[in-house]
Amino acid sequence: MTTPTKRNTAITVVITACALIVPHFLKSYGLYLLTYWLIYVICTMGLNLIVGYAGQKALGQAAFLGIGAYTSAILLKAGYSFWLALPASGALCFLMGILVGFPALRVQMVYLAFATMGFSELLSLVMRNEEWLTGGTFGISDIPRPSLLGISLDGNVAYYYLVLTCTVIISLLLWGILRSPWGKAFTALRDNPIRAESLGIDIQRYTLLAFAIGSAFAGIAGALFASLVQFIEPSPFNTQISIMMYLMVVIGGPGYFLGPVIGAAIGVLAPEALRFAEGWYLFLFGAIVVGLMLWLPNGLLSIPVLLREKRLAREESSARANFRSLATTKNGGAR
Amino acid sequence: MTDFFQLVFSGLATGSIYALTALGFTLLWQASGTVNFATGEFVMLPAFSMLAFMSLGLPLLASFGITMLLSILVLGWGFKRVIVDPLIRHGMMPLIVATIGLSMMMRNGVRAGYSAEAFSFPSLFSDSIFTIAGIRISASDFGTFGFAIVIIFGVQMFIQKTVTGRAMQAVAQNTESATVLGINVKRMVLYTFAINAILATTAALLVTPVYLAKFDMGSGLGFKAFLAAIIGGFSNSRGALLGGLIIGVSENLAGAYVSPAYKDGVALALFMVVILFKPTGLLGKTIERKV
Repeated sequence: MTTPTKRNTAITVVITACALIVPHFLKSYGLYLLTYWLIYVICTMGLNLIVGYAGQKALGQAAFLGIGAYTSAILLKAGYSFWLALPASGALCFLMGILVGFPALRVQMVYLAFATMGFSELLSLVMRNEEWLTGGTFGISDIPRPSLLGISLDGNVAYYYLVLTCTVIISLLLWGILRSPWGKAFTALRDNPIRAESLGIDIQRYTLLAFAIGSAFAGIAGALFASLVQFIEPSPFNTQISIMMYLMVVIGGPGYFLGPVIGAAIGVLAPEALRFAEGWYLFLFGAIVVGLMLWLPNGLLSIPVLLREKRLAREESSARANFRSLATTKNGGAR
Repeated sequence: MTDFFQLVFSGLATGSIYALTALGFTLLWQASGTVNFATGEFVMLPAFSMLAFMSLGLPLLASFGITMLLSILVLGWGFKRVIVDPLIRHGMMPLIVATIGLSMMMRNGVRAGYSAEAFSFPSLFSDSIFTIAGIRISASDFGTFGFAIVIIFGVQMFIQKTVTGRAMQAVAQNTESATVLGINVKRMVLYTFAINAILATTAALLVTPVYLAKFDMGSGLGFKAFLAAIIGGFSNSRGALLGGLIIGVSENLAGAYVSPAYKDGVALALFMVVILFKPTGLLGKTIERKV
């Protein structure tokens, strides 16, 4: 049990060190992608809590990212401080999560998937139609970046460090949640809901809580996103993006703490890497997803587990073969 | 008041198409536990296939027939063999993800490989309008509704009255006892996939004249089919019909009397209300869960 934890710690330290040094070697577009990736990491970590740990299927994470982004943008434009807008975005998403999750989570199965997908669709309509609030398809522009204790975080590198700090704090928070009795209850639910319930865990309450917390993560990511791009309009928050985020979590490995880090990297970098495919890009991405599922139904981070299982199986079979040959020679000797 | 009835009737026509798609979705779920997120694309692809055959000079019905056979082969048998069979034993999630990937492939394959534009599609029915008791009804609405209902009841009769259909029902209700009774479960599941392909192709024939053939025509349709299936009740194939019709009619009414901008939100609102008060769907029965 200690080795994976130790390895995880080591990996985390290496990643953090890289994250601190790397921005100084990047041009502004690279830095933008890196910051974008971190925001997606926060967002998909929330989704991983819902999908990977609580075992639900949620296809509306981009909608919560959108709620966060619009809330923050509207508050900032109204002159409120970023340090108020950020928690407000998270809190609003938490409440919306409860509102959407409550009916859908009263029943198991895939209802949450459809409820969240519909919510995502509905929110796109609201963003597009309620011009007095969201600016319609023209969106909201000139969203300011924050300053902290008199230090402006306007620069790309400074803002990157802010996002990085937020990512680290949120990861630690998630780590804490997962290690707490709450977190243990989430995983118990996913692995065997009926047993968990008979042990006195209130399934509905815990899954709803997991869903609301996961949505709040997206809200915070949204607030950071609004100030990163400084111009928001409805399209980065539509259902297709929600589905993409779900795919990121699943590809990275749902239920693995670092799964979203890899999944989000693939999600952010894949459009760059597959640029040669031009119009065929999404086709190719879909094909990769199908192929990956056929090959690794439990995501990329399940490769080590799979290898270990294979090794064990091989050792076992060779042990069995040894035993058999031993047995036959013995038998032969007796005869 | 006549306006109202006209809206209801054209809503019924749209709703019957939702119902066709929803029925296929429900049947797949019952027989094999497959949740197919490419449901809408299973309607879009046959539409383009029919267009392709028509551009070769074939008449509409001949293209429909050939496309039907192709659909059964590719979207029925092929889909089951290549995607569902290897993934179904890993639980629901990998299969959901794979069908999402599949829908991305189909949608964007058509966009990149064929065209991103919308194409008009000939209707089976004339565009004349006739008047019954002061209500103006278009022939195409009437024909669409009639055609869809005939197909849905045809499938219902097949499932309820024929030996094969009853065997399929047995598989859907309890796979293990069906095996014990000597039913060829694999073949019955395959039949279900074939029926799903037939329903999808029929839906394509009926919906494309209205929606136009476009690479993303399936996304809204597929989503409403899911909601229709749940609103009506997942465990009952008649539920798909009821759910589809309810969504079609209330969408039309809300579009006219409440707000055209939020027409597409109606299905979601209905869905939320239904699962809040009757989680098993309107016609659904509570299923005892298995430990």
